[in-house]
Amino acid sequence: MAASTFETPKLLNDTATLPIPPIKPGAMQGVQSFIAGDKIQEQLGYPGELLPNWKERAIERMGELLQKYRGLQVFLDACVHCGACTDKCHYYLGTADPNNMPVARQELLRKVYRRYFTFAGKYFPKLVGAIDLTEEVLDQWYSYFYQCSECRRCSVYCPYGIDTAEITMAAREIMDSVGRGQKYSNEILGKLHRIGNNLGLPGPALEDTLAGLEEDILADTGVPVRLPIDQKGAEVLLVTPSADFFSEPHVESLIGYAKVFHAAGISWTLSSTASEAGNFGLFIGSYENMRKAALRIREAALELGVKRVVVGECGHAWRVAYSFWNTLTGVGAGAEDPFGKMLQQQLDHRYKQPSHICEVTWDLIQKGAIKLDKSANDHRIVTFHDSCNVARASRMGDIPGGQFIIPREIIKACCNHFYDMAPETIYEGTYCCGGGGGLLTDDLMEVRVKGALPRMQALKQVVDEKKVNFMATICAICKAQFTKVLPYYGFPMSMVGGVHQLVSTAIQLGTNE
Amino acid sequence: MTTTTVFFAALFYVATAILVLGLARKIYQYASTPAPLKIPTTPAPTTKTGVVLRMAREVILFESLFKSNKWIWLFGWLFHVGLAVVLFRHLRYFQYPVWDIVSLELVQAAGKYASFAMVAGLIGLWARRFLVDRVRYITTLSDHLILLLLIGIGITGMSMTFVSHTDIVGLKAFMLGLMRFEINPLPEDPLLMAHLALVATLMIVFPISKLLHAPGVFFSPTRNQVDDPREHRHLAPWAAELEK
Ligand code: SF4
Ligand code: SF4
Repeated sequence: MAASTFETPKLLNDTATLPIPPIKPGAMQGVQSFIAGDKIQEQLGYPGELLPNWKERAIERMGELLQKYRGLQVFLDACVHCGACTDKCHYYLGTADPNNMPVARQELLRKVYRRYFTFAGKYFPKLVGAIDLTEEVLDQWYSYFYQCSECRRCSVYCPYGIDTAEITMAAREIMDSVGRGQKYSNEILGKLHRIGNNLGLPGPALEDTLAGLEEDILADTGVPVRLPIDQKGAEVLLVTPSADFFSEPHVESLIGYAKVFHAAGISWTLSSTASEAGNFGLFIGSYENMRKAALRIREAALELGVKRVVVGECGHAWRVAYSFWNTLTGVGAGAEDPFGKMLQQQLDHRYKQPSHICEVTWDLIQKGAIKLDKSANDHRIVTFHDSCNVARASRMGDIPGGQFIIPREIIKACCNHFYDMAPETIYEGTYCCGGGGGLLTDDLMEVRVKGALPRMQALKQVVDEKKVNFMATICAICKAQFTKVLPYYGFPMSMVGGVHQLVSTAIQLGTNE
Repeated sequence: MTTTTVFFAALFYVATAILVLGLARKIYQYASTPAPLKIPTTPAPTTKTGVVLRMAREVILFESLFKSNKWIWLFGWLFHVGLAVVLFRHLRYFQYPVWDIVSLELVQAAGKYASFAMVAGLIGLWARRFLVDRVRYITTLSDHLILLLLIGIGITGMSMTFVSHTDIVGLKAFMLGLMRFEINPLPEDPLLMAHLALVATLMIVFPISKLLHAPGVFFSPTRNQVDDPREHRHLAPWAAELEK
């Protein structure tokens, strides 16, 4: 699929937000990511190709999910078509395709739900817009449920909290169960199950990389900062997105975490069997696959005997860790059952389990356990992009909204120049980078570039007015997406980086020894 | 006993049964379906009291809608609050003796004029379905019909209050009778019959339409969950099975 067949939307001057575009029906119908082949599907326990009786199976699976997930049942019933969410999705704002309006995206599934599961839809389909499940519907599902990054922005603004992400996940699970999966997400999840990380890096390759990084840090700073792996008895197990090991600018944050642990004198380790915080089981709405991926971390924590589990800079990984790990694997507190207790008795509950690396760093800064030299970042004028899953599906610290405060406080402790983007584009109203939720693939470049539009517009305003030259973020997908997409809008790709990249620049090593 | 009276008596029994049983069935379904994962839309309250307050703000003030779209909020809120006040005034047709608070001059007057807010809100919401291209795109025939039904109820009701008074005493005798399983004659006023027929229709479609947003909002996990996943292990019965 050629990446150059679409036009990059234009940014405007002197505004943080663009006008809402008039609808262009069908604009993005043809943009689809590659379909997963049989090997990829079967690894995850799904049929290799579209089942001959796929319609019956899809309806049956929908019925099962309705009984398992109250959210899905309520969301499919409760929408009143008020339209409040219609202008809230970055994919609608960027593409003008009405099926990218959250309510219309939900309707793709809801119409079929109504037809097969409700009285009105069974007997008066025309009246309530209920339709039969057909090839054409499946094709629409495949297009538009892979043009949703499951960012939950729509759920913030819906009067009933209807979360299109939940509907997208259910639709993907239904499609997977009948043999229509997405190559990108399912291939990566298969690698994670087989090898332990999304990149498919085996243990020895990882060890080499870490050794190389240790040499780099030594050459840079003169301090022997270590990046340990599989160290039994370490206090902290760090689980981070595997992009942190290889990709730029991700690796700069990994160096930052290592320096923080070093400076604070905390013993820590990575794990070669659980070398991935990311969990694409979330994206495809598969409880079983998400649980399977998360269990690797439980096993590593038990085996290494760590007292704390800490998660690196990754948005959806933090959602899974913060919101779901306790449920899925018992990494957390308050378990009363043997499975959960087994791990929880080992963990040190003076600390939150799991903790975000930003919680760890902020705590150390407050205690004076690490020292930062702000002037080291004086060449940077920084803004912060709230990542969706952190902003709208997790928390940091003790108070609601800690996920907004803590990363900003860390940045301000590391930098003299920090400016927020326009208020309606940050915090819980933040715009997705455009590449989350299983869309970070080249075959969806058009969706990604156009979906980034609202964020790019808000960024442009602070670039123009405040001369911002660095957009910090705490998500591996945001970093990878922006690196690709910033140049389409005329920004340098090196503008994006991690919060711990700033920490890495500012931290004073050796001062606490 | 006229046929009309018997018809309306039967209609109200059927409509009430459908409304009550239909809603009970739905509420049971919502309450008994597990929410296996913690999915509150954050920032979310970290305590149960916080959740009750969040829900109260949603249900009474339409907080999220206010953040979202001021026009929809204005029309939606006018309609719902107008309706609530009007319904409160209507209690007097179903009570003997009438509660003091319901018979207050202020409550009765407010109930009369709130109907204007209610209908204005409905007309505003309906206008959006034609004027805003995005809302037009998602509107179904049933969306129009439900608005039409509600506007019809409002206008017939207002006509009886402001234009041509109906026999309130007779109506009240009919209603109190229904509640005691006695059938008293219904005043044969076309406006009243239209009003009652439309109300009964609304009661019948309630449990099978988008009007389910009323019970649904209380069961929405993004709004009713406490944000405490690290502190408490949250496990659905079907998910616990996977651990065996
Ligand atoms: S979850 Fe995000 S991407 Fe999906 S419909 Fe809602 S706003 Fe759009
Ligand atoms: S805001 Fe909620 S109720 Fe309104 S159209 Fe969107 S999903 Fe439906």
